[in-house]
Amino acid sequence: MSYAISVNGQVHHVEDDGQTPLLWVLRDTLKLSGTKYGCGAAQCGACTVHVDGKPMRSCTLSLERASSARITTIEAVEGADVRAIQDAWVAHDVPQCGFCQSGQVMSAIALLRTVEKPTDRDIDLAMSGNLCRCATYNRIRAAIHDAASKLGTPT
Amino acid sequence: MIDLPEKKSRFRMTRRRLILGGSLIGGALVVGYIATNPMQVAGAILQGGGDDPRPSAFGPFIRITDDGWITVVNKQQELGQGIHAGLAAIVAEELDADWDRVRVVDSRSNFRAYGPQMTGASNGIASNWDLMRNAGAAARAMFVAAAALRWGVPSGSIDIRNGIVSHLDSRRTATFPELLADASRQPPPDSPMLKQPADYRLIGTDKVRRKDSLSKSTGAQVYTQDIQRPDMLVAMVAHSPRFGGTLARFDASDARKVKGVVDVFATETGVAVVAETTFAAWKGRDALRIEWDDSEAETRSTHELVRYYHDIAAGRSDVEPAEFDSKGDDSEVPFDDDVADFAFDFPYLAHAPMETLDCVAQVNGWDVSITSGAHLATVDQVYAAFAARTIPGKVDIEVVPAGGSFGRRGVLSSDYLVECVRIAKRTDGRPVKLMWSREDEIASGYFRPMSHHRVWVQLGRDGFPTRWRIHSVCQSLLPVGPNSLATEGITHSPYFSTASTVDGKIFTPTFPVVVGLWRSVGHSYTALVMEHIIDQLARRAGLDPAAYRRVFYEKVEDKRRLAVLDELCLKAGWGTPLETGWARGLAIHEAFGTIVGQVAEVRLVDGRPLVRRVVAVVDCGIAIAHDQIAAQMEGSIGFGLSAALYGAITLKDGIVQETNFDRYLVLRMNEMPVVETHIIASTSRPTGMGEPGVAPIAPAVANAILALTGQPTSRLPFLDGNARSNTDVSAQFNG
Repeated sequence: MSYAISVNGQVHHVEDDGQTPLLWVLRDTLKLSGTKYGCGAAQCGACTVHVDGKPMRSCTLSLERASSARITTIEAVEGADVRAIQDAWVAHDVPQCGFCQSGQVMSAIALLRTVEKPTDRDIDLAMSGNLCRCATYNRIRAAIHDAASKLGTPT
Repeated sequence: MIDLPEKKSRFRMTRRRLILGGSLIGGALVVGYIATNPMQVAGAILQGGGDDPRPSAFGPFIRITDDGWITVVNKQQELGQGIHAGLAAIVAEELDADWDRVRVVDSRSNFRAYGPQMTGASNGIASNWDLMRNAGAAARAMFVAAAALRWGVPSGSIDIRNGIVSHLDSRRTATFPELLADASRQPPPDSPMLKQPADYRLIGTDKVRRKDSLSKSTGAQVYTQDIQRPDMLVAMVAHSPRFGGTLARFDASDARKVKGVVDVFATETGVAVVAETTFAAWKGRDALRIEWDDSEAETRSTHELVRYYHDIAAGRSDVEPAEFDSKGDDSEVPFDDDVADFAFDFPYLAHAPMETLDCVAQVNGWDVSITSGAHLATVDQVYAAFAARTIPGKVDIEVVPAGGSFGRRGVLSSDYLVECVRIAKRTDGRPVKLMWSREDEIASGYFRPMSHHRVWVQLGRDGFPTRWRIHSVCQSLLPVGPNSLATEGITHSPYFSTASTVDGKIFTPTFPVVVGLWRSVGHSYTALVMEHIIDQLARRAGLDPAAYRRVFYEKVEDKRRLAVLDELCLKAGWGTPLETGWARGLAIHEAFGTIVGQVAEVRLVDGRPLVRRVVAVVDCGIAIAHDQIAAQMEGSIGFGLSAALYGAITLKDGIVQETNFDRYLVLRMNEMPVVETHIIASTSRPTGMGEPGVAPIAPAVANAILALTGQPTSRLPFLDGNARSNTDVSAQFNG
C-alpha cells in the first residue's frame, strides 16, 4: 500500500506495509540515518523523532499511524532552541560513543519547548526514557540547563 | 599550491623497531613510520605485493597540508572513549601545533604499517605514547631545521608556538604551509628531542577537547548501522536460542513469501535471511520455522550453574584448579575457628552497547571489503580472510566509530563480522549489511563471565591478615592459555603483603555458554572481592577502612595508592558527618596500570541503594585530556553502577531470559549520581582511562551499605531480577 507521510516538511509517498515501523521507513527508504535503532521496543529512545512536535519512539510507531502526522527528525529539526542545545552539547563535550545522542537531543528540544526553565526533576522525567550506555547523563543535564539559561537570556 | 615531486622520502633509523620517516606525498608533509619488525614484515608478505600504495608498509601518523590543517591518523578504534582527541593532543603538543587546526581521521586496517591494531585493555594512550610523541617531535624538528636554513640562523634560536614558527631576534615568522616544502627535505631526526612534562602547553589543560562532539550532536556521525551502498542487501540471522545448539532443519517457505526477501539459507551460525530492507529481513526471519539440535547445547538454568560453581569450589567436581599468586606453605593446616570466611557470586553480564552488532561486507572473488566499528581490526582481518577463504591482505576494513562496545566488538573470534562475510560470499558481489536486533546482541554471549569466589582470611593479633586462601571459579576469558584474566585484580594484591601464606586457586570449568571481555574484564568483580573484604576485615580489627588500607599500602611502599587514598579522603570529606541515613563507602583498585579511588554516598530507600554522589580520584600517569578523563570516570561509574544495581543475564533451561532493556535493566538519567573527578598530578607515562573507573564503584557502594546496615554483600546485582527500574518510562513515548 502507498502512504503519504510528511517528514521534515516534505511529503513522501512510501510504498510499504502499513505496519512497518516509521524508524525503518526513515532509515531505509528515506535514507535519514540520524534516527537510530537501539531496541525496537520503545525502551531506549535512540529512535526519538518529533510527531506533531511531541517526542515519540519511531521504532513502535507504524507507517500507517505516522502518515497522519508531521514528522521531524534530527536532520531537519531547527530553531534557536535547537542551536542552543547543540551548542551546549558541544560546549560540554556531551557525547562519548554518540549513538544515543540524536535521540537525547530530540528529547531535550521537546523538553525545552514545553518547559522553558526545566528543573532537575523535569529533566529526569523528560530524559529518563533515553538510555545512554556511556552514561553521559550528567553532561546531558548540565547542557540542558545551560541551553535553557542561554535561551532565557535576551541577546 | 606548492608544486613538488611526489614521494620524495627520507627515512632514518630510530632506536625503536620502527623507522621514522617523513615525505612529501601529494603536496602534504607526511610523518610516520615504516615497519621493520619481523611480525609486520610477515604481515607485509601476507598483504601481497609491495607496490600497492594503500595499505602500504608506511604508516602515516601526521599529515600536514598546505591549507594549514594537521591531520592525525588514529589507528585505534574510537568507541566513545575519546582516544582520537588524546592521540591528537600528544602530536599537537610535541609539534606545537594550533589545536584548533588539528583534526583526526581513522585509519583503515593496515597491519603492515601499524602492526596489530587492537583496542583493548585500556591501551590506546599507553601503547601510542612514544609513537605519537616521536612523530610529533620529528615533524617539529623538520620545521625548525627548515626555518633555520631559510633564515640562516641556528636552529636552537627557532621557536614554534600554536603552529607559528618564529625567530625572536629577527622577528621573522612563518606558518607550517609556508615551510612545508623545505621541511619535507629535512631528514627526520634519529631521536627527536621530546618535551619535559613541565613544558607542556596543551597536555593536561582543558583545551584538549573531543573533535567529534558536533557531528555526534546533530545526527551527522555515520556508524556501521548507517552505511548505505548501491545495491546493498540487509541480512538478519536466526541464531540458536541455546549456546551450543545447532541447526537441525528449517522451513523457509513463508519467509520467502515476505516482500523484499531475496534469499534464505543456512549459515554456520543459523539461518540467514537476506532482503532489500531491514524490516523485510526482520519479517522474513520472524516467518522462519526452525528446529534446533540441542544435543550439544547448554540446557542448565542459572541456579543449577551457581550450584555447580559452589560444588567446584568445594572440590566436589572433576575441575582441577590452577594456582595463582601463591606463596608460603598452605599445607592442610586448618584455619583457626575465627577465620574470616567469605563467599561471592557474580552473574553473567551482557554489554548492550547502544549500537547493536552490525557489519557491512562485500566479497568480490578474492577481495573482501568491510566497514565496521572494528575493535580489533587486525584480528577481524584474519578471521574475515579465513571466512572468505582468502588471505588477510585481501581484506580491507574501513574502521568507523562504534556506537559503544564495552568489549563486545572486541571478541577474539570476530563472530558477527565473520557471519557477515560468510553471507556476503553468497550474494554475487552485492554488499551486505548484517543487522543484529537488540535481542540478538544481548543473547549472543561473550558475557562477562559469572563467577564464584570462596575466600578465607586468617587475621593476626594486630587485625591484619597472616594467611589468605582464595578459590575462584570462572570460565576462561581467553580462548587459549591460562585463565589469568579471571583473577586479575586479586593477583599481586597489596592486601597480601602482611600474610606469609597465600593460596590462590582458579577453577576453570568449560561449557558452551560463551564468555568474553567486558569493560574492566576481571576487575569488574575482583575489585568487589578484595575491596569489600578489606572493609569487613577493618571492621573486625576495629579500624577505619581508610586507615586500615593505609597500613598495607605503606608496607608495600605504594606511593601512588597512598596519594590516591589521601586525596580521596580529603576531597570526599572522609570521616566528616553526613545526614542521618547516609553513609560513605570507599574503594581503591588498580586496573591496567591506573589507580582509581572512589567514595560513594549512599542511602537505602526501601532496601534499594540510592547513590547521590561519587568522589573519584585517579592516577593515570601524565593526564593528557583532563576533561575526557573526567568523562570516562563519569561513564565508568554509570556503567559499573548500572551493572551493580541491575545487571544480570540469567538462563532458564539454557535460554537467556533478559533480551531487551525491559528486563536487562540499565541505569537511567534519574539514577546517575553526581561525579567529581580529581586527577593526581604525575610525570609518569600515561596509562588508560577507558575501563579502570568501572571497577571500584560496586565495592564503594557495598562498603557504604556495610557501614549503614552492618550487612555485607555476597552477590551482585544489589537488586534482584524482579526489581523494576524506578519508572516505567517507555509508555509515555510509545507510538
